Amino acid sequence: MEAPVIKFDGVSLAFDDKVILDGVSFDLLPGRMKIVLGASGAGKSTILRLILGLLRPDAGQIFVAGERVDNMPEVDLMAVRAQLGMVFQEGALFDSLTVRENVGYRLFEETDMPISEVDARVKEVLGFVGLDEYADRMPSELSGGQRRRVAIARALTARPRILLYDEPTTGLDPITALTIDDEIIKLRDLENVSSIIVTHQLRDAFHIATHEAVQRNGKLEFVKAEPAKLEETEFLMLKNGKIAFEGQAEELRHSEDDYLRAFLS
Amino acid sequence: MSWAKHAVGEVQEYLRMLIQVGRGLVTRPIYRHDIVEQFDAIGIGSLTVVLLTGTFTGMVLALQSGMTLDQFGARSVVGRLVSASMVKELGPVLTALMVTGRVGSGIAAELGSMMVTEQISALRALGTDPIRKLVVPRVLAGVIMVPLLTIVGDAVGMIGGGIISSTQLQVASSVYWSSVTDGLFIGDIWMGIIKPFVLGFVLVTIACHVGMRTKGGTQGVGRATTNAVVGGSVAVLAADFFVTKLLIAWLY
Repeated sequence: MEAPVIKFDGVSLAFDDKVILDGVSFDLLPGRMKIVLGASGAGKSTILRLILGLLRPDAGQIFVAGERVDNMPEVDLMAVRAQLGMVFQEGALFDSLTVRENVGYRLFEETDMPISEVDARVKEVLGFVGLDEYADRMPSELSGGQRRRVAIARALTARPRILLYDEPTTGLDPITALTIDDEIIKLRDLENVSSIIVTHQLRDAFHIATHEAVQRNGKLEFVKAEPAKLEETEFLMLKNGKIAFEGQAEELRHSEDDYLRAFLS
Repeated sequence: MSWAKHAVGEVQEYLRMLIQVGRGLVTRPIYRHDIVEQFDAIGIGSLTVVLLTGTFTGMVLALQSGMTLDQFGARSVVGRLVSASMVKELGPVLTALMVTGRVGSGIAAELGSMMVTEQISALRALGTDPIRKLVVPRVLAGVIMVPLLTIVGDAVGMIGGGIISSTQLQVASSVYWSSVTDGLFIGDIWMGIIKPFVLGFVLVTIACHVGMRTKGGTQGVGRATTNAVVGGSVAVLAADFFVTKLLIAWLY
């Protein structure tokens, strides 16, 4: 079996006396996707912050690409974060920088890459999310959906192996949300990045889990996923700090558990 | 006792930030571009307000001390009073207070909104230490630019005093300026130059600390801005007292 790119082993975290995570364990294999569901405040986003090392757990171990990060000093975490791309809720774009500077931020500021190469890479990722004409705009001039796509582009620039999405479609209309879903599917199927999506938008979650992106005659199409593809995406449901369900879309749909049924209805 | 615990926690966090700033000053990476930008924003940006406050303070000092000195028939030494109070006390303190109002509030609002919109988390996720990128350039700019602004403030204050002396008090300009230099001892000049370094450091670090600990949306940003100005101003006056006491023991 392949080594997991992300591994949680008995992770617990509480803020004061509120338990957020209670002995959570799961593995994310290379090229796979996990969709984390749960009610608001169930600790979904906390999982992403723990992976990035922005928060530290009270107990348990977290591994990213084989390295233990839960007790790693901040200085060493910077190297681990180079393998991670994070799409924050609402985008979290730097509002004093242009789209180009946002997308190229890591390469401009944290590497010695020549400006011309950075610009080429920025153009490439902006092209990937279909926004290459917007490079010189400020984030405030973009629509909500465009801002999310820029955030995805920014997360992609340094070619991370793992992408983390925090509520990528929350607050968007259904049509715009679908364009974001398609970007996420493209990245999983065409670029083969491993990813974790945190969301409570069930419609988008199921859309991502049950569709795949294929190249036919040089044209990109989104079709119903083949059984082999369906296996690549797993759902993970959090309830009271524990994992209440882990499995594929079909199993989740046909679950008999009362809480899951209530959540899905 | 919860407020005491809160206060201790706050001081602890402040000191931790100072240690990180110290480390950020002497080790790489250093964000030169941001440092230049902050020197411009804090230094050049505050010039107008410092010129205005300096001039008016010098002018009012001349008016007031002229009146008092008349009682002793000593109007001609008005320059001494203006220069001594400007250089030792009013220049450093008023400049620091004006910079607190203008820059401290700006820093807290900027860092605070970056905090609540997760831009600071995004910086960290992109591999940048926000202390090095955001706090170190501001602290450097504060420590270097507040003393320079103070010198400018002192100078225009004395010029303002001179204008009032010759136009309102009928003290000849040559008399005023020789009295200005008579009033200044080398110890006073040292005091006037050392103080603003401390005050600049205090006001900027407090604003950064408050900004980086902002919680709770737009309301939180408003609160942080107020705290930075109120906390910064009180801290400037308190620091001024203690530094003055220390320098008197040391210089005179």
